[in-house]
Amino acid sequence: MLRILALLALLAPLAAGATDAATSAATIVKQGNGKGAAPCMACHGVDGGGMEVTGYPRLAGLDAAYLQRQLDDFANGTRANPVMQPNASALSEDERAALAKYYSAMSPPARFAKPATTPDAAGERLATRGDWSRELPSCVQCHAPGGVGVGANFPPLAGQPAAYIEAQLRAWQQGTRHNDPLALMQHVAKQLTPQEIQAVAGWFAAQPLPRKEGAP
Amino acid sequence: MKSLPLVWFGALALAACSHPAPEAPAAAKPAPAASVAKATSEPAQAKTLPAFTPPAEADIPTGPLGDEIRRGMAIFTDTPEHAHDYVGNGLSCSNCHLDAGRLANSAPLWGAWGVYPQYRKKNGRVNSFGERLQGCFRFSMNGKAPPLDSDVIVALQTYAWWMAKGAPAGEKLAGAGYPKQGFKPQQPPDYARGAAVYAKDCALCHGADGQGQQVAGRHVFPPLWGPQSFNWGAGMHELDNAAAFIKANMPLSRGGTLSDQDAWDVAMYMDAHERPQDPRYAGDVAATRAKYHDTPMSLYGTTVNGHLLGSGTAK
Repeated sequence: MLRILALLALLAPLAAGATDAATSAATIVKQGNGKGAAPCMACHGVDGGGMEVTGYPRLAGLDAAYLQRQLDDFANGTRANPVMQPNASALSEDERAALAKYYSAMSPPARFAKPATTPDAAGERLATRGDWSRELPSCVQCHAPGGVGVGANFPPLAGQPAAYIEAQLRAWQQGTRHNDPLALMQHVAKQLTPQEIQAVAGWFAAQPLPRKEGAP
Repeated sequence: MKSLPLVWFGALALAACSHPAPEAPAAAKPAPAASVAKATSEPAQAKTLPAFTPPAEADIPTGPLGDEIRRGMAIFTDTPEHAHDYVGNGLSCSNCHLDAGRLANSAPLWGAWGVYPQYRKKNGRVNSFGERLQGCFRFSMNGKAPPLDSDVIVALQTYAWWMAKGAPAGEKLAGAGYPKQGFKPQQPPDYARGAAVYAKDCALCHGADGQGQQVAGRHVFPPLWGPQSFNWGAGMHELDNAAAFIKANMPLSRGGTLSDQDAWDVAMYMDAHERPQDPRYAGDVAATRAKYHDTPMSLYGTTVNGHLLGSGTAK
């Protein structure tokens, strides 16, 4: 019985793939859309897990509404990025929605379940306790214990490449990224020193991502 | 509902006058209308209160005493996990006492420890610190009071005692409690304005339905009303407490950014929603209001949007 359930869980994304939108999402991921959008997997990996060295973020298993808003924001220029802006702009609104659904339905690769490695004490302290003398809540107060993310507005940080988290924190700090609700991230990031950005990014990058129930 | 904000103070003051409270503690309390008028005409407390900085967490000692302090901190920051027998909702102490009970103007533990034992009008007797903690569990946690000699109360007391080390005993400290002194809205709080503030500044974390947000069965953002929130006996259901907490601390990391009026309006909006019954429920809502909520700061037993608050049927 369990095997059948597991098999059904495996097949669920494939069944969804029967619809046109999802089929086109799978095609765009592998081949691009033929209208200027590059294949997503070239940077975000065949398994949607991103690339640690280059700092390309994991997309597999992220919230669909979050992913879609980021794609929309890249497309309309609200979120600036030299690689993603042209790609998102070359996608239709339906394609962006389909890709967001596609990646949110994907399980994070098994390697993200690895146990945490040598957490940095300063990074851990900021992540789990913050520093209220600077009105700095702990990161996990919004991004959930372990940084696994909450809903459509607080994306997971656990297991994201340290280079990606650092780049985002610097972008919030400098105001080059400003699509955060209530300017929460801009305000928080402005309090951080370069050393703290590095430490806290490293801590979250080292956190394990619990496997979703029913994942293979 | 539209007429309620306008007649709010007056109507409740009248209700208070027509039902003089029978018991001594309530009778000792000034009439609500008078207390509101008096507080409004008084300037904020002029004398400077002593400042205090609690010891750093890194300075929690090693050994059995340090273990007990850390246990108290763990209970404080994840109460449903570490004190589950006594918790009846999805809240933790640290939801309303930020930074694990350390933050000034967020009712820090170091501000409370030294002012107990204390006479409390709420129950008409002198309460020890442990009894005060029992009240938190009964009302704010919508649970039941842990025995005074229980592991939970002893650990929380030890944590509070440690955090207040070096503070002058028996004195009100700067940053203790919520900053209620002299904090009044220009206009009576209004539900519709509060709803607009809520949608703009609060719903992102607490949800459009006020039920907070959970991950893996655990609340990351606390529920503000409904079955998983504090009950009608909790201090946070009183508008002045809620408004002062919100003004000083919300949205999280952006304390002080809401206008005074917005803080009062959204406090009223939050506290005009249904929540678990007051455990001292006296048989009917009117009697319970007369006995325990005879103040314009409580909406219990009043009708908002056609719903009698405290009657338990609305969301």
